[in-house]
Amino acid sequence: MNVRRALALTVSLLAAPAAADLTVSGFLQQNTAFNASGANPDGRNYKWLEERAQLKLDASGGSWRGYFKGDAYYDHLGRGEGTEVREAFVDYSAGAFDVRVGRQVITWGLGDLVFVNDVFPKDHEALFSGRPLEYLKRGVDAVKLGAYPDLASFEFVLAPSFRESRIPEARRFRLFDPLPTVTNHESMKPDRGEWGLRAYRDVAGYDVAIHLYRGFQRTPSMRPDNLAAPARITFFYPELSVFGASLSGRAGPGVLSLEAAYYDSREDRPGSDFTVPNSQTRLLAGYQLQPWEDFTLNLQYYAEGMHDYAAYRAALPAGFPLEKRWSHTASARATQFFLHQTMRLSVYASYNASTGDYFVNPELRYSFTDRIGGALGANAFGGKPWGQFGQLSRDDNIYVQLRYEF
Amino acid sequence: MRLWFALLAALVPLQVLALSGEEVMKKSQAAFLYAGRDFKARVVMKLINKDGQERIRELTMLRRNSGEAGGDQKYFMYFFQPADVKDMTFMTFKYPAKDDDRWLFVPALNMVKRIAAQDKRSSFVGSDFTYEDVSGRDIEDDAHAIEREEKLGGRDCYVVKSTPRAGDADFGHRFTWVDKASLLPLKEEQYDRKGVRYKLFTADEVAEVKGFPTVTRRTMKNLQSGHRSEVRYVKSDYDLGIEDSLFTERFLRQPPRKWIE
Repeated sequence: MNVRRALALTVSLLAAPAAADLTVSGFLQQNTAFNASGANPDGRNYKWLEERAQLKLDASGGSWRGYFKGDAYYDHLGRGEGTEVREAFVDYSAGAFDVRVGRQVITWGLGDLVFVNDVFPKDHEALFSGRPLEYLKRGVDAVKLGAYPDLASFEFVLAPSFRESRIPEARRFRLFDPLPTVTNHESMKPDRGEWGLRAYRDVAGYDVAIHLYRGFQRTPSMRPDNLAAPARITFFYPELSVFGASLSGRAGPGVLSLEAAYYDSREDRPGSDFTVPNSQTRLLAGYQLQPWEDFTLNLQYYAEGMHDYAAYRAALPAGFPLEKRWSHTASARATQFFLHQTMRLSVYASYNASTGDYFVNPELRYSFTDRIGGALGANAFGGKPWGQFGQLSRDDNIYVQLRYEF
Repeated sequence: MRLWFALLAALVPLQVLALSGEEVMKKSQAAFLYAGRDFKARVVMKLINKDGQERIRELTMLRRNSGEAGGDQKYFMYFFQPADVKDMTFMTFKYPAKDDDRWLFVPALNMVKRIAAQDKRSSFVGSDFTYEDVSGRDIEDDAHAIEREEKLGGRDCYVVKSTPRAGDADFGHRFTWVDKASLLPLKEEQYDRKGVRYKLFTADEVAEVKGFPTVTRRTMKNLQSGHRSEVRYVKSDYDLGIEDSLFTERFLRQPPRKWIE
């Protein structure tokens, strides 16, 4: 969506209800991430170097609400200036129904940086470049219908066009490339849309939800035109359906979260196409507790298993890294507040026992005043050269965020 | 018949005199934190450090009682300020005898998460007030005794000493000045476990709202650190017909304007 068009649309929608009540807010931000272990493939020494301004308009009147969140930025690492519609939607609610139309962020599931039922687009580059956490999520252009009868709550999402997750750019990050000599790349995005349904309710004090999704893998697969002598690689988004469930509630002194999902890889049900991810089972268990004041510990265990492992092994060409049938990851986040919760130290660490991949993100965040805040943090990666985090082992960075909010 | 009346007349003041510390605290909690069937307030909280630097937290708080005073309650809070938490909502189901259920909606990620809530004595949004100061401490958790009766600012008060029954509280004991007329706590002194004065609560302004005496300004001061938190109810109202259905994930994600403005 073009920013000017979205803004004009939102402003006209906001202006429509005469009694609308409008609030304007936003921020100015500087964000820099310095390389900590060598230069980028493009020779630069920053993962991120950017000034950004955000404007938020929020108007409501009666059963209507209009919301716009747009950014303008200047990137010093070659992308230059640009604008971006983060969110732009209109809400209408009537009794036990509501609808949201437009670009919106949708988050399902319970994981902390582990995604089982959250099938919606993310920005992995933002996460690895030391940007504020809100940039982890990308909006989708969709219609969301909510129905809230006594039986349960339902949320139906229909997106007429597919929006992919953003992966780190190869000029900034040293990504694993099994065919480095092939430089002729093309990308094919699905020309169809996607839909999802979430139903949730309270069951004996637990929040229980089921999730259904029919669409595509968010991150691309790569297919060479000819395996013996590849000349061109096509990046594409295989068809995917997800059937999942989640539960969270009090257990002992803390909060327990459980998620499970079956990833039906519709584009390759037999599992014999090595370019398409195998069908999978994903399982997540999390436990959060607060052992003392202003300190929270969140522990997670995540497992991912392939359904057609024998077919995958048989089809994998020689020279390609072989993944294990099951992948086990443990992660933890410890958060401590100081100074009347104006300072927050948090450490996230994730370790994959199957590949040795790890990701560590310590961060110190402080509000100098109610309007001015900053963060200092680091991203450290390691593991096998082809692993999710291992391939980023020379992309460690130290980042600074400074923000003035108005 | 006349004898009965005479007897009753004689008994009534005796009964009032015979209120136990526990009964005073029960009645006080009912007046302070359970008034009306439901309650709404626009709250401005100032966090002031010992050098006088201020931080502002502004929110709308909605409360609904599930039953009788002293029973379960539901709380819904929507934050206006500071900017980094604007549009955040927070919901608590309070159960006097067990840990609360708490949910937080993080607008930046459009995510609802349940949060662990073992410690009701922890700070509420970084202020000097604890969760229990906001939504009430279980009467059964302390032993209460009327120490004396005295005037405070011209009002007759019970002075009740409360001592935690278990040793895990952050305070050793506290004294509460309960106004005999309104039953509101007008002042509270907390002592730490070493017996040193620790925190001081004062009800700085009391107003009648829809017939309910309401503490519309209050301060909690940490006497050891010099930090204090001042709370002002800019607007408050009772018995608005807040429905139980408000306290759900639907409205946590999309808080209805009519309730939060």
